[in-house]
Amino acid sequence: MTQPRQSTASVVAPLLACHGLTMRFGGLLALDALDLSVASGEILGLIGPNGSGKTTFFNVLTGLYRPSAGRVEFGGRDIIGASPQQVCRAGIARTFQRSRLCLPLTVFDNVMIGNHLRLDHRVSFNVLRRGALRRQYDECVEAARSLAATFNPRLSSRLFEAAAALDMIDRRRVEICRALVNAPRLLLLDEPSAGMTRGETRELMDDILQIRAARGELTIVIIEHEMNVIERMTERCVVLNYGEKIAEGPFRVVASDPAVQEAYLGQAVAEA
Amino acid sequence: MRVPLEADVRAPARASDLPVAALGIAAVAAWLWAFLVTDRVAILGALLAVAAIAFVLAQRSAVAKRYGLALARRPRMGVAFAAIGVLAVAAALHDQPYPLLMLCTVMLFVVACIGLDIQTGYCGIVNFAGAAFFGTGAYTAAVLAKQGVPHLFGIVCGAIVAALVGSLLILPVLRTRGYYAALVTIAFGILFSTFLEVNNALGGPQGLKLPGIDLFGWRFNRDVDIGGASASFYVNYVVLALALALGAYVFSRRVDRSWIGLTFDAVRLDETAAAAFGIGIARAKIIAFTLGNFLCGLAGAVYAMMQGFIAPNNFTFGESLILVSILILGGIGNPLGIVPAALIIIVVPQKLQFIQEYRFLLYGILVVLILLFRPEGLLPRPVRRYFPAPR
Repeated sequence: MTQPRQSTASVVAPLLACHGLTMRFGGLLALDALDLSVASGEILGLIGPNGSGKTTFFNVLTGLYRPSAGRVEFGGRDIIGASPQQVCRAGIARTFQRSRLCLPLTVFDNVMIGNHLRLDHRVSFNVLRRGALRRQYDECVEAARSLAATFNPRLSSRLFEAAAALDMIDRRRVEICRALVNAPRLLLLDEPSAGMTRGETRELMDDILQIRAARGELTIVIIEHEMNVIERMTERCVVLNYGEKIAEGPFRVVASDPAVQEAYLGQAVAEA
Repeated sequence: MRVPLEADVRAPARASDLPVAALGIAAVAAWLWAFLVTDRVAILGALLAVAAIAFVLAQRSAVAKRYGLALARRPRMGVAFAAIGVLAVAAALHDQPYPLLMLCTVMLFVVACIGLDIQTGYCGIVNFAGAAFFGTGAYTAAVLAKQGVPHLFGIVCGAIVAALVGSLLILPVLRTRGYYAALVTIAFGILFSTFLEVNNALGGPQGLKLPGIDLFGWRFNRDVDIGGASASFYVNYVVLALALALGAYVFSRRVDRSWIGLTFDAVRLDETAAAAFGIGIARAKIIAFTLGNFLCGLAGAVYAMMQGFIAPNNFTFGESLILVSILILGGIGNPLGIVPAALIIIVVPQKLQFIQEYRFLLYGILVVLILLFRPEGLLPRPVRRYFPAPR
């Protein structure tokens, strides 16, 4: 059920609402009638053991998979069956579990891929109107520089280096910049700590919190295995197991839930 | 992979760089002249060895790198130098039709390969039907010339028809990925030459004859008189082919150094991520494919009128492989690399008549060696810089 429009003043309508979202791959039920909502401005943690459907959820949201059943509303609009491009236009940006930066390209180029919707792509403009292109380019360099600087000053001095020359944490930063440059309303972070040390992870989370503070309204859904990240970053989290939501609430409450402990640690420990 | 940093690019330019760079171009022009003129295997071998040594030295020398940067900062100057160099070579060869014909052929193949490079190197669409699009341009120009259509119009139509045929082929290419898309183009390339063989309206296996180009009353196939000295009519074609090659080069550079080039890169490197940021995959591929086939068709149309005769076996799958090996040898994604690669692949077999029969063997060995020892090609693709760095 959706909230009628006039009620948004009293009850804040969720930015993202999923109802009965189901994703079946042949015999495998990757998402099982998932109900999930994300409030505007919230940071929601999405946790669960490997293969519990977290990344599948992101892939369904961003139009990579078409769900078998269910509804997804984003900002009051139905986005089921939308192409990845349409989802991006609607204001959802994401990072990927395994880095999907274009390594041979520069940091600037990678960030500009995220800025695609704001750039002029007509062949005539790009080939013939080099002066106008130059102005657009200069603006973009400025924007990328200031975004990178807000994120982490070290990065803004490496704008024209190939992404391949960066270490893991800077690559992750670039990926997040690429997702943020188009000012999305919802940011989906798929395991941002993967492949990084604990110290690097802490640094990256500081950066994310800081840029969120600087930019104001930004809603985030974060998939993580690193529990102290979840504890620190999120006000609320949802636990998935075999595609089903098994718990929901603040991390401290969820972490002591027997069903969650069982999912993570197995039956024996839960009984003990 | 060595990636030039911004600091390198901003290395101080010196006023003395340009004259020395011009001297370098003069040396290259002299080499090109000797390369086109010689008919002795020993001299050809020596020239290739000199080029290889110069190439290796230039790569290691900081001075040569600075000259390169000085030219990179002034792209127009580089184009002008190249034009002057080729015209000087043509002037030196003015009474030798055969080397002039080779020079034109190389430049027209450069145009076609720049087209393929936009598809393969920039956007990642592997096209094994280059010769078919080249041939589409050639046959269109031939048929229209026979109908008495003005030649300029016929040549442009050749390019457009090649682009249109490509826009049909792109449909199955869009539905497939990787190897399968390449297979679709191979099938089309073979289909095209078979179609020509059996089509009597297009001359069947005997092919078609074409008149020489006539642009606004300027007849290309008439020897040129300049101040009493008579020059081979191929000089006309050199000028036209040079203009097309430089135009294609500037065009592909501008495409690459723009948001379109960036979009092509994103599609080539990761379609899933590209789509997640709103990039229309199909649109990018259609644009790249169309632009590339347009250039192939354009080169084919001019080539046909220069040759005066075309037949199906000019446009077989084997010819497509030659175009692809030029790309691989030169360095996929770098239009500059195409020039030396086209020179080697096209001219060397012409010089070594005994190799003619085995030229595919030669190409095969060359491609394997390149892929083994220098997979990024003679001139690897540099990191994109949208605009020349400030002086």
